[in-house]
Amino acid sequence: MSKYIVQGQTGDWEVVIGLEVHAQVTSNSKLFSGAATAFGAEPNSQVSLVDAAMPGMLPVPNAECIRQAVRTGMAIEAEIHKWSRFDRKNYFYADLPQGYQISQLYHPIVGEGQLLIDADEKGGIPEDKVIGIERIHVEQDAGKLMHDQHPTMSYVDLNRSGVALMEIVSKPDMTSPAEAGAYVRKLRSILRYVGSCDGNMEEGSMRADVNVSVRKIGDPELGTRTETKNVNSVRFVMQVIEYEASRQVDVLESGGSVDQETRLFDVATGTTRTMRSKEDAHDYRYFPDPDLLPVVLEDDFLADCRASLPELPDAKRARYENELGLTPYNARELTAEVETFARFETLLAVVAAKIGESEAKVATQVANWALSVAPGVVKGLGDEANLANSTPEAQAAILSMQDKGDISGSQAKEIYEIVLKEGGEPEAIADAKGLKQVSDTGAIEAAIDEILANNEDKVEQYKGGKDKLFGFFVGQTMKAMQGKANPGVVNQILKSKLS
Amino acid sequence: MSVDKQTVAKIASLARIKMGDEQLETMVPELNNILEWVEQLGEVNVDGVEPMSAVIPNDLRLRDDVIDADPKTAGGRRDDVLANAPAAEHGFFGVPKVIE
Repeated sequence: MSKYIVQGQTGDWEVVIGLEVHAQVTSNSKLFSGAATAFGAEPNSQVSLVDAAMPGMLPVPNAECIRQAVRTGMAIEAEIHKWSRFDRKNYFYADLPQGYQISQLYHPIVGEGQLLIDADEKGGIPEDKVIGIERIHVEQDAGKLMHDQHPTMSYVDLNRSGVALMEIVSKPDMTSPAEAGAYVRKLRSILRYVGSCDGNMEEGSMRADVNVSVRKIGDPELGTRTETKNVNSVRFVMQVIEYEASRQVDVLESGGSVDQETRLFDVATGTTRTMRSKEDAHDYRYFPDPDLLPVVLEDDFLADCRASLPELPDAKRARYENELGLTPYNARELTAEVETFARFETLLAVVAAKIGESEAKVATQVANWALSVAPGVVKGLGDEANLANSTPEAQAAILSMQDKGDISGSQAKEIYEIVLKEGGEPEAIADAKGLKQVSDTGAIEAAIDEILANNEDKVEQYKGGKDKLFGFFVGQTMKAMQGKANPGVVNQILKSKLS
Repeated sequence: MSVDKQTVAKIASLARIKMGDEQLETMVPELNNILEWVEQLGEVNVDGVEPMSAVIPNDLRLRDDVIDADPKTAGGRRDDVLANAPAAEHGFFGVPKVIE
């Protein structure tokens, strides 16, 4: 599959998608007040008089929120505007005590940037693709409404009111649900690397407004778009696009027209529907907020922001492949999540030190362990696994023994299992439980001599060209050594004796 | 620039101000008077003058990211915040149901 197409009665349609992602800025206090931002507090316990829009309150911006927006902009290679300004977006709703949201319409803090989504053949993305980002601006979040607590009333909790958001607006560059999903995942990854947003979609720290339109393939004109609000998971974003695209095609093919409107996603049915109340409220009457002066960023501040950026996902992945020699698959898996690469890099450093080799030398071994072997053991143990026992030092001890040939791969797993269940020193466990393989050439040689002597006919056949019998000899030797012989040593001795 | 009755009615509705027909009728000439007065500024030649966004020649002061640093703009004062609410319940503001 190379292109996402909606097949209609009258022909094939393509989809054009743009996303506005609202990402809650990681900060201790709110954008314009000192009230705390922590999630899950008692209702209205983190509301200052500023957030409740009491008369006479002066908003004073939080420097950290500005800094995080700038760092995020730098991470998507965007133009940073040294001069930006706040505007008021006016509308009435029960979750907005001010009657306006302080936002940035005319002069956002971050201008055009871009983000790379990776090819995923199976997922429907044939090649790497650059998605343009139009802008990032900083704005206030609204409060939260609860509708199910009272028969005739909605309850308002203003704890979220005034928390800083970054609105990250993409260009309409995406053409399939898969691309939109990959974009949200990549953006989330970058935000988490940068540390400007925790990316927790379940708690609403990241949510997307999904703009979708359809057009006949080859049509240069964009169709009328709809905007589905507050979609809070990657899967739902993809569902919205699938549903909206096919709905719009149905509407257009039955002679109707798509209304430019705001829609809501219904999680239960996977469908979208018209949002009634804000229909006539699109006239936001923006104007510069007279309470706030322009934000002017100094060169020193910008330099500090840039210097504080960590290695970003694309760069890290390239380094893992080029410098550590990892496979593209391993590099991608290890760099997707902040926790994963942090654990990997810690373990890699400890293992390299323990074995006394460079990180590049041991990287593949550590990567396979971290991505496949160790998680397999942990999964197999289920509740019995105590992850606190799985220190980098314990894992490094196991990998070091394996590297020296003292233990086999399956012995490494057995030892790790014991470490997870009971704790303890891997070396001591290996000794106590006899979980070591024999690399003693004398013992192996003796076993091999006996096997060769007992199977003279097969030795003849092997020498006559029946190469496959080599496996037979290895098997017999391992059996004689009760599976504890070092396979490398066995192979080496067998080869020399059979040549 | 001038406004008609329909425009004034729309502005009033967006601002959630209830206005009867009679009020609208009086409001139209009043607003147009104000607009006309402001429009006199159009007579000034502002070629090459940067739009002014604030009357104070100053940049925005930013504050440090510290919770409740200034008690005047701190959270943790739910009772104060809810004091004027017509229907505070269980620590929430109660409002007429606004479900979509």
